[in-house]
Amino acid sequence: MSSAMIEARDIAIGWTREDLLLEHASFEIRRGEIFGILGRSACGKSTLLRALIGLEPIRAGTIAIAGVGAPRLGSQKPVFGVMFQQGALFGSMTLGENLALPLERWTDLPRDAIRAVVRAKLGLVGLAGSEATRPANLSGGMRKRAAIARALALEPALVFLDEPSSGLDPITSAEIDRLIATLAHTLDLTVVLVTHELGSITAIVDRCILLDRESRSILAHGAPRDLMASTEQRVQHFFGRVPEAA
Amino acid sequence: MSAWTIEQRPGRIALAGQLRIDNAAAVWRALQHATRDVEHAHHVEIDLGAVSAIDSTIIALLVELRAALATRGTEVEISGASQAISGIVHLYGGDRAPAGTGRFARQRSIARLGSTVASAWAQWRRLVEFCGELARGIAATVRHPSLGGWRELGPLVARAGADGVPIVLVLDFLVGFVMAYQSTRQLQTYGANLYVADIVGISMTRELAPLITAIIISGRSGAGFAAELGTMRVGEEIDALRTMGIAPVPYLVVPRVVALALVAPVLALVGDIAGVAGGLVVGATSLDVHPHAYLAELRAVVVASDVWTGLVKSFAFGIAIAVIGCQQGLGTRGAASGVGRSTTTTVVVCLFTLVAIDTGLTMVFRGVGL
Repeated sequence: MSSAMIEARDIAIGWTREDLLLEHASFEIRRGEIFGILGRSACGKSTLLRALIGLEPIRAGTIAIAGVGAPRLGSQKPVFGVMFQQGALFGSMTLGENLALPLERWTDLPRDAIRAVVRAKLGLVGLAGSEATRPANLSGGMRKRAAIARALALEPALVFLDEPSSGLDPITSAEIDRLIATLAHTLDLTVVLVTHELGSITAIVDRCILLDRESRSILAHGAPRDLMASTEQRVQHFFGRVPEAA
Repeated sequence: MSAWTIEQRPGRIALAGQLRIDNAAAVWRALQHATRDVEHAHHVEIDLGAVSAIDSTIIALLVELRAALATRGTEVEISGASQAISGIVHLYGGDRAPAGTGRFARQRSIARLGSTVASAWAQWRRLVEFCGELARGIAATVRHPSLGGWRELGPLVARAGADGVPIVLVLDFLVGFVMAYQSTRQLQTYGANLYVADIVGISMTRELAPLITAIIISGRSGAGFAAELGTMRVGEEIDALRTMGIAPVPYLVVPRVVALALVAPVLALVGDIAGVAGGLVVGATSLDVHPHAYLAELRAVVVASDVWTGLVKSFAFGIAIAVIGCQQGLGTRGAASGVGRSTTTTVVVCLFTLVAIDTGLTMVFRGVGL
């Protein structure tokens, strides 16, 4: 089995072929690692994530997940779980119903077993006993936890997380980071993480790519420690939090 | 699908092979079947020694089963797990004391009825509180007119009034038309064709034109106000107003209430004319009533109080619709779905309130001889 969970070869992404956010980008995400997609706001991090998932078209190149092409969304059992930036929990459903939805769609588990799995998954992310709670009644951190639990509902080996710790206080943010690291390690997950939180990058990311808005390319890739030691000025500016004009 | 087996001995259930979410339903049934026979035992061991792979869904089911058996006095020990599997068991709390099995909160029908009544009562209280707040806001705006967002008034009147004229014309015309048409057979039977003007004229001016117009305003402007203010609420724009020292009620609500209070009677008057015109068309085409005769009968039978009682009702309807729409909008909670809920609730509450106000005012007008 190949060690690569995702292989992107010479891809281009953007709103149109003329207005690209990223071009000629190639990278590989290995099985079992926490891989960070980093960069400043509006550099195309979330768009790249959506392209990897199949929600945005790629304008050039190829993406292979687990050795096969991008999956057909909606028509087959998902091979990955996704946590969207705002959680994207269904507001008309309780947390229990949110988690039960993919299980009802893609497994033949009876209802009592689904209830058991939902309860356990919510317990896993620290939301035990919240089955009947509506997303509107949750704090930002709880909503992110619930979204992570839903992303894990179908036991994917690959999980995409879009800015899981943004907009949270430092302690909650650190708790989410620790949760991601624990889940990734214990459940042997490959995690693709979009973030610009330096704390998250240094705490849990194994390898990462840094996207650059101006050159529409991958500015640097490797372990966060290596990127921090880079002599490239724009990489230093990102990790040193130096404003562009400085 | 991966291969797995289950073996049952007294006090021991051994699982082997690859246990994945794909065969979780079969594993669950087998485990339930196996544990049915061990209920009388005090201790049961679930041996995972021969399990080559297991995912967290199966572990979640084992932990649930363990908790369920614990409530019946049977202690379950999960044993033989490799180091990697032990990690998952630990993550799900399978090595800690069972927490007991919960159930999704499900309400009985009486409890559901109770919470529906409580929620309706809470909604009514919020509306009354909001009316108090609005009264304070109106008083403040009268003292300091600059507090109101009057720049909005013109566009609000145009949106709620001028833009609504075509639909009011069409619907009220059709209501007058249908009412006259339904009466034709009875009127012809008694040779009372001319009375179509009486039927349409009085019922449209006193009752139907104000009510139909108010229903249209509820759907267009009431729901629109709820959606507009609800979107502002979830986008934290209302909070931003507050932080800038601008009170939302005088700034946002008072102009909307004034706009609908002005617009609703005017639209109702337009509706009166359209409804009467609908009756005239039926009178002329199906009852051989000459338009001049129809209008002369109308002038003779419809008195000023018929028209102005209808307009007073419209004025009250307009205020009620604006208050309900704004209250629901400002009370929106959650994200986009909350805005949708507020909009729906606005229309439902408006319809109920309109009929209630109509009934009350009709009785009052009858009581004073109008």
